[in-house]
Amino acid sequence: MPGKKLKRTSLYASGASVVNMLQAVFYNQDCIVYDLEDSVPLDGKDAARFLISNVLRRHRPEDKHIQIRVNGIYSIYFEEDLEAAVRARPDALRVPKVETAEEVRTISRKVAAIERKAGIEEGSIKLWCTLESHIGVLNAKSIAEADPRVEALILGAEDFTASMRARRTKEGPEIFYARNAMLMACRAAGVDAIDALFPDVNDVEGLKEDAKKSKTLGFDGKTAIHPRQVDIINDAFTPTQKEINYAIRVLDAIEEGKRQNKGAVSLDGSMIDKPIVIRAQTVMALAKAAGIKIGGDYYER
Amino acid sequence: MLELKKPAVAGTLESSDIQISMAPNPGKGIEIELDSVVKMQFGDSILATVRRLLEEFEIAEARISLNDKGAIDAVIAARMQTVICRAAEIGYNWAKEDPHAR
Repeated sequence: MPGKKLKRTSLYASGASVVNMLQAVFYNQDCIVYDLEDSVPLDGKDAARFLISNVLRRHRPEDKHIQIRVNGIYSIYFEEDLEAAVRARPDALRVPKVETAEEVRTISRKVAAIERKAGIEEGSIKLWCTLESHIGVLNAKSIAEADPRVEALILGAEDFTASMRARRTKEGPEIFYARNAMLMACRAAGVDAIDALFPDVNDVEGLKEDAKKSKTLGFDGKTAIHPRQVDIINDAFTPTQKEINYAIRVLDAIEEGKRQNKGAVSLDGSMIDKPIVIRAQTVMALAKAAGIKIGGDYYER
Repeated sequence: MLELKKPAVAGTLESSDIQISMAPNPGKGIEIELDSVVKMQFGDSILATVRRLLEEFEIAEARISLNDKGAIDAVIAARMQTVICRAAEIGYNWAKEDPHAR
């Protein structure tokens, strides 16, 4: 995980609102998602494309991962969305309602054609695919592995539960399998896993619990639907001092074991095996990406 | 020259936005009316952007009304592109700035 860039929080900025777009740079989210889809009325798609294109070309935030959410592949807006969005040179396109690997490959070919025409390095614009149905979740692994452009999968829980005829709850038992299935697919493919949003913007405690659950399961981040959710989600995905201290002790113990030519190393009476070392290195990589100063050479180990 | 086919509007009256109305103006050239909360400081700059977009689209005849609520240049350009495409009933050529575009 060396050199990991944080993707703890993604916050939407509607292409239908100038204020929304201009204010988006002032929050602490890791990723800004300029939206052409759900937040834009049908008669405002043209205006949103022009707005996002102009604002991104002239006022691109340097310290954020920039995404544009296009309309779905089968919508009448998709082709022109791609023409506009690719030329705005985002880090990634966020594609809703992806269900098959073939869809991903089709999108990738279209993006490549525009990149070539526009003089953009081919393959440089990544894809974040949102899985919003039982079919999408069942195909998660093939979607994640469909194309080198795929950088992350996102779980879209609202539509997913509708497709399952399930009831959406704050506790989320109805998405437990989908979360894990998508996560395993992401880990197998080596791409990031972004958890579903928490829809109640007024329930701070509920969001804290939900973000903690996301982190515990292994997700890399979560989508926020309101700026007030950003810091709470960031906190959940940033290593705590306790986690950092433990990681330091693990890495120290491994170092000491190497010095003494020990085959097996233990800490506090327990054996340190490979997964524990990987977890410690992951904590360090996240701490480094979050700008936490640690000292020593722990980031390099 | 690009001919406008119908009156059109783009943008909103929200803060940081600009609402632009555009209509055909046969035989009367370009007529622009500007109402802005920052007219004293930025009126000339707003009009320069509007005229730049008119030239880009080769529009010689139009009646334009600008109701500005403090929009930055990128927003003014976006609203002009929108209203022109709507009034002229044309699609936008996104490839026109590509390196090999003709």
